[in-house]
Amino acid sequence: MPKVVGLRCRECGTEYELQATHVCEMCFGPLDVVYDKAGLKKIVSRRRIEDGPKSMWRYRDLLPVEDSVSVVTLGEGFTPLVKADRLGAELGLRNLYVKNDSMNPTNSFKDRVVSVAISWARAHGFETIACASTGNLANAVAAYAARAGLECFVFIPVDLEPAKVASISVFDPNVVAVRGNYDEVNRLCSQLVESTPWAFCNINIRPFYAEGSKTLTFETAEQLGWKLPDEIIIPIASGCQFVRHRQAVSELIEFGLVRSDRVPAFTGAQALGCAPVYNAFVSGADRVLPVKPDTIARSIAIGNPSDGVYVNRIARETGGVVEAVTEEEIVDAMRLLARTEGIFTETAGGVTIGVLAKLARAGRWKGDETVVAYVTGHGLKTADVLASANGHARRVEIEPTMKSFREKVNI
Amino acid sequence: MAQFRIPGPLRRLSDGAVTVDVEAHDLESAIEALDARYPGFRDRLLDENGDLRQFVNVYLNDEDVRLGSGLKAKVQKGDEISIVPAVAGG
Repeated sequence: MPKVVGLRCRECGTEYELQATHVCEMCFGPLDVVYDKAGLKKIVSRRRIEDGPKSMWRYRDLLPVEDSVSVVTLGEGFTPLVKADRLGAELGLRNLYVKNDSMNPTNSFKDRVVSVAISWARAHGFETIACASTGNLANAVAAYAARAGLECFVFIPVDLEPAKVASISVFDPNVVAVRGNYDEVNRLCSQLVESTPWAFCNINIRPFYAEGSKTLTFETAEQLGWKLPDEIIIPIASGCQFVRHRQAVSELIEFGLVRSDRVPAFTGAQALGCAPVYNAFVSGADRVLPVKPDTIARSIAIGNPSDGVYVNRIARETGGVVEAVTEEEIVDAMRLLARTEGIFTETAGGVTIGVLAKLARAGRWKGDETVVAYVTGHGLKTADVLASANGHARRVEIEPTMKSFREKVNI
Repeated sequence: MAQFRIPGPLRRLSDGAVTVDVEAHDLESAIEALDARYPGFRDRLLDENGDLRQFVNVYLNDEDVRLGSGLKAKVQKGDEISIVPAVAGG
């Protein structure tokens, strides 16, 4: 008996057979994977997970890849959950954790979703993997397609950061640089998907791709000793992963993996330069209106977020908020995390830590709550933003002599 | 005449047609004209209040109509109207 039984529309409930499609024909709502939960309940246990590999595949029972499938893996997941005492001391939080997902094989959270997506696609006969990307997804897709020996097409905005382009190109995919922003790239790809036999990770195989996100929250709970935190801070781009983290908490409770059934507060983080979800949260609107992105947090600069409405619904239901930070606050937060915890994150991580800091300084927490911030990408991906922002304030240049050292370095 | 581009998931409604020509002066009347020719489109694109459904993106000559005048957007001869489902990513 397969564990994945089909797809279901999140909006109207219409059911579909298992296939590469992502959108409901009736209402255009997103499709989600439907599992044989009764069957899974008989086998899922903490023990079974703890005996699994030290990667996200220890949660394989809760991912949409059947046991018979050979997975495409580079050892993604099971990244460090760092107790952030020094950052916590600055922010008045005694139980603060950073889930450092920049420690994945291609240095971003995207390895989780792509490992699932490409495993599913290869098992279902696809020979070409594609995606529209702000950089991190393309990086992961190019690496995993190489690993799997599949053809690869990545579509990126033409002005993507040079560091990201280099770390994509090394895997030798077909890179299509589109003269437009991410939303325009995405729109082109959602038209292309109809005329190519390709698996677009974030489009026609999105229902499977998105499921990989859950493992980040599964790990967080396991690493906390099978406990759920009080609050989770998550960066918001399309909102896709935010929704899956909420689902992951439901599954942890439903399968009896965590001791308490208290759902954490889910808080979303955006850059003010691209804050359509934040705008709707603050105004109380049901709808999320698109914006034209203008921010250094390129990896999360999606002006037309597909899951934005769900983010706001979840934030409100769980007692979380959606907050946004300025460009300056993003860079300050990157430095703050680096200076206090030795973790170098990209601009998107600066958004998450910036929102954490902003909320902490505004008195959101008493101090003993368990708060987890998801840091989803590595700083080397966007190192250029630091060079132009007084990145070497403590640097001196000296002659190779003791005299020069004594003169210039005041210790 | 303006031209609709129909996405795959909705082509069952248009008897498989990828493009459909309509006479219209704004987006709202274009959708009415599309629905008159192939009944069912109105319900798929608009909600009970007559607004564009949350998960439907409509582009008038490559510009998201929600960034402009929405359903009141003026439609001229030769305009292309694309219906595109929302997608995830990053």
